[in-house]
Amino acid sequence: MYIMLADDDEDDRLFFKEAFEAIKIFTIVKSANDGVELMEYLSGNGNTLPDILFLDLNMPRKSGMECLMDIKRMDHLKEIPIAIYSTSASEQDIENTFVKGANIYIKKPNDFGKLKKLLEEVIKMNWHYQTSGLNRDSFLLSL
Amino acid sequence: MKLYIRYSPGTVVKRLLQEQFDKLQLNYSIIGIGEVDITGPIQGDKLKELTSELSKYGIEIVESEKNILIQKIKDAIIEMVYMDDKLPQTLSISSYLSDKLQSRYGYISNLFSNTTFTSIENFIKLQKTERAKQLLSTSDLTCSEIAWKLNYSSVAHFSSQFKNVTGLTPTTFQRIMKKRRVLRAEEQLLGNIKILGLDTTTNYYKIN
Repeated sequence: MYIMLADDDEDDRLFFKEAFEAIKIFTIVKSANDGVELMEYLSGNGNTLPDILFLDLNMPRKSGMECLMDIKRMDHLKEIPIAIYSTSASEQDIENTFVKGANIYIKKPNDFGKLKKLLEEVIKMNWHYQTSGLNRDSFLLSL
Repeated sequence: MKLYIRYSPGTVVKRLLQEQFDKLQLNYSIIGIGEVDITGPIQGDKLKELTSELSKYGIEIVESEKNILIQKIKDAIIEMVYMDDKLPQTLSISSYLSDKLQSRYGYISNLFSNTTFTSIENFIKLQKTERAKQLLSTSDLTCSEIAWKLNYSSVAHFSSQFKNVTGLTPTTFQRIMKKRRVLRAEEQLLGNIKILGLDTTTNYYKIN
């Protein structure tokens, strides 16, 4: 499974990668340092598109929200499941990103064990949506 | 007189499989010992014929039967959840499934857990939530009506299970889906206006 993360914080990126390495499901994690880098990758010819994309909200140059809105407007990208991965857990941010088309909202935990568990749950749920004929349009998950 | 023969079992089996698959006009490739890849699904009666033909030679289809049963379990659950009537009581879900699939519930349940990495109970919970989502976003039913229809013991039980699966309350979910639809309609309208070559920077649309 191909996973991508856009996050400007180096520690968070590392933490995220290590969590996926600790999960038993086979994954490849690619990361981008900000929104501009992410969009360049996604628009690049022949680049593998991720099975699921994790977006930090606060990034320099281009925010996660701006990326989300751009992605949902592009035909070749709009079907990618999007998980918001943010330090904020404000009701406002959660609701806004869902309305704009995000599928999953994760508040970044401080604890490695918790992160591992959350990511595992996300992957499982995403898998259900891929294999059990559930309706992607109403795939909302807040963790 | 006595004949001495020499043969290679691999070739025998391969030739035999080829004959059988050709007879049923299936598109196949024999991958190796004990594995055949079929292009597309096999219809039920064809599979039955294939199974019985192969059984004459003591050849048994192993995996696929299990997979088919798993698919049948999933289909039965989905059918149950999407019934127009009220759902059966939780207690009888096991008998509903064992009746429908003609197998012991214990067997079905174990097979399901071992193959799909989730329990039947969990799968039902997920499917019921999915059905609730559909009802919340497309019908005028209230939460208590949905709770009754999907056989939750109370609205509180329904809300808490919904929140447990999605992280959102049914009302928040409903509000988000409504806003999403409005947003999409607006974007489409804006797109159409642009196609018509009208100026979207000034607000001169007045509806009386």
